[in-house]
Amino acid sequence: MAIGLHDSDFKNPVVRWIDARLPVFTMMQKEYGTFPTPRNFNYFWNFGALAMINLMIMIATGIFLAMHYTPHTTMAFDSVERIMRDVNYGWLLRYVHANGASMFFIVVYIHIWRGLWYGSYKAPRELLWMLGVVIFLLMMATAFMGYVLPWGQMSFWGATVITNLFSAIPLIGPDIVTWLWGGFSVDNPTLNRFYSLHYLLPFVIVGVVFLHVAALHITGSNNPLGIDPKGPQDTIPFHPYYTIKDSVGVVAYLVVFAILVFFMPNYLGHPDNYIPANPLVTPAHIVPEWYFLPYYAILRAVPDKLGGVVLMFASIAVLFVLPWLDTSPVRSMRFRPLAKWFLVLWGICFLVLMWAGGKPAEGTYVAIARVATFYYFLYFLVILPLLGRLERPLSLPESIARPVLRGGGPLPAGAAAQPMEKA
Amino acid sequence: MSVFGNTVRATFRATFRALALGAGLLLGAGAAPALAAGEATAIPDHRFSFEGLFGTYDRASAQRGFQVYKEVCAACHAMKQLSYRNLRELGLSDAEVRAIAATVEVQDGPNDEGQMFERPARPSDRFRSPFPNENAARAANNGAYPPDLSVIAKAREGGADYLHALLTGYSDPPPGVTLMDGMNYNRYFPGHQIAMAQPLNEGQVTFHDGTNATVEQMAHDVATFLAWAAEPEMEERKRMGVRLIMFLTILGGLAYAVKRRIWQDVH
Repeated sequence: MAIGLHDSDFKNPVVRWIDARLPVFTMMQKEYGTFPTPRNFNYFWNFGALAMINLMIMIATGIFLAMHYTPHTTMAFDSVERIMRDVNYGWLLRYVHANGASMFFIVVYIHIWRGLWYGSYKAPRELLWMLGVVIFLLMMATAFMGYVLPWGQMSFWGATVITNLFSAIPLIGPDIVTWLWGGFSVDNPTLNRFYSLHYLLPFVIVGVVFLHVAALHITGSNNPLGIDPKGPQDTIPFHPYYTIKDSVGVVAYLVVFAILVFFMPNYLGHPDNYIPANPLVTPAHIVPEWYFLPYYAILRAVPDKLGGVVLMFASIAVLFVLPWLDTSPVRSMRFRPLAKWFLVLWGICFLVLMWAGGKPAEGTYVAIARVATFYYFLYFLVILPLLGRLERPLSLPESIARPVLRGGGPLPAGAAAQPMEKA
Repeated sequence: MSVFGNTVRATFRATFRALALGAGLLLGAGAAPALAAGEATAIPDHRFSFEGLFGTYDRASAQRGFQVYKEVCAACHAMKQLSYRNLRELGLSDAEVRAIAATVEVQDGPNDEGQMFERPARPSDRFRSPFPNENAARAANNGAYPPDLSVIAKAREGGADYLHALLTGYSDPPPGVTLMDGMNYNRYFPGHQIAMAQPLNEGQVTFHDGTNATVEQMAHDVATFLAWAAEPEMEERKRMGVRLIMFLTILGGLAYAVKRRIWQDVH
């Protein structure tokens, strides 16, 4: 091998020639072929790959939709209908894209829950987790701006409500809102910039996803036991074990996706968004898309506008410092007899907030949202920091390989088919 | 939320839950009815041919519905997303579509002299709107705006069920209810006071196929027509969905079998 060329192991002369100059094949082999991965993943570990696939589906369908969409207040609604009626398979593109947003949030919420349950945010994966929170924020911004583009009633009024949140900022708030709008109300300049940013941000997400994966491949994956692999007996190569396991997950994910797209494409949407935007008519209830409802509930749980906005942003910001709020050295909730119930309650509160966010902001609904909001923050800010000191975790297994061998002894021949994902 | 009847939606919801990968989907299913919380009377479930996994539009009913739209609704309501050529999908022949279009004068131009002119519509023209703009529509309708009906079946909670209920829901106001000037009482309209007077009356249209034009029949037919107008792709969509899910089921079985085989040595 000449000096300056990468010493490639590939036999195929073309691959070898390229690999010697640009070792992408070696890199793929290392990161997705032989990459040592804990052998005890359950199906929760599918959701990172699913999110990646979902992002690619969104970008692919979005690029084709952009070829037919017109970002102008007088034409946006009609151009979307034209996509639905006259563009070949335009209805498919649009329904995949619209329901793909919902699927993306379903997948990412489960992915985040996986991280919370198995302590994937703890050292040494703090930065990995924080990059994930950045991706989540970018997703929210992208989804919000995408929902504005069809220029229906909920597009317009959702945009009005959410951009108006910035007016709560003292002194400069109203000026910021005018600056965001590009005028004195949500109008054509707003639609144009949202379209531009809606096209830009997914590529920013791709960049941060790259960093997220790069960080993952330094620390290696967490696993359901939350203990580090002790040696080669605890890991298996990513391919073929997890490529095939992810493939099973992908098919299941596609079935759910297909049910939404082909049989209930508007189920998760709001009928009002099929009414063209009208600045003179306010809908009876302005509600965001389902995936924003928990945060919408937190916003409305606070009687003060600025307070509500601050608390809403804090509900995401708190995730950034989560690695330092959780003081327990034990990662997996399997070995945390108290914390796991507090986390289950937190999950229930999240669902309650999602439910309350879709109800009118009055009476009992607000009271319930307040209780759930209180616990949302109590869990992160008080319970987790204290539990690390007060809780007595169960004893951790010696290694990943040992609990698989059920008691440490050699397995009887018949038990070999026991599926590991149930472990 | 869509044109699906409540039963069908419930069935879907059950399937949906069964297949849900986790709490996330349940959130979605739980949240949507929450969004839907309305103030109007519950919409009764009406039986339509296009419900269910394999439901298709009843062409005869949709054609009668188009006739009702053309002779009654079109006096006030536009359907500007549709072209006359789309009517072929309802089973009308090319000649019939041309004849229907030719009965309507549309504006075209400017011509070589720079003048706008009127000409008979062609199949490629969009349905002519009854009013040139919203202000003209309001001026002619006591200040109320008759909405465009192109996607109305998707734009109202309850979809086609709601349209059917609305069109058959007119009655005298119950005792104690005073209507505002020019308003009419309707059981299913949010707030119960609707500017549109009862549009359908017994025997109002004469159906070519001899069907008796009762209010119930016309409401059913026009709701079918509007459901088709809002989702003309529905039949193709469901067909594709059934085939795709069958394919994915087989692929999923194969993938799982391969997965078990590959993992044999690890377990």
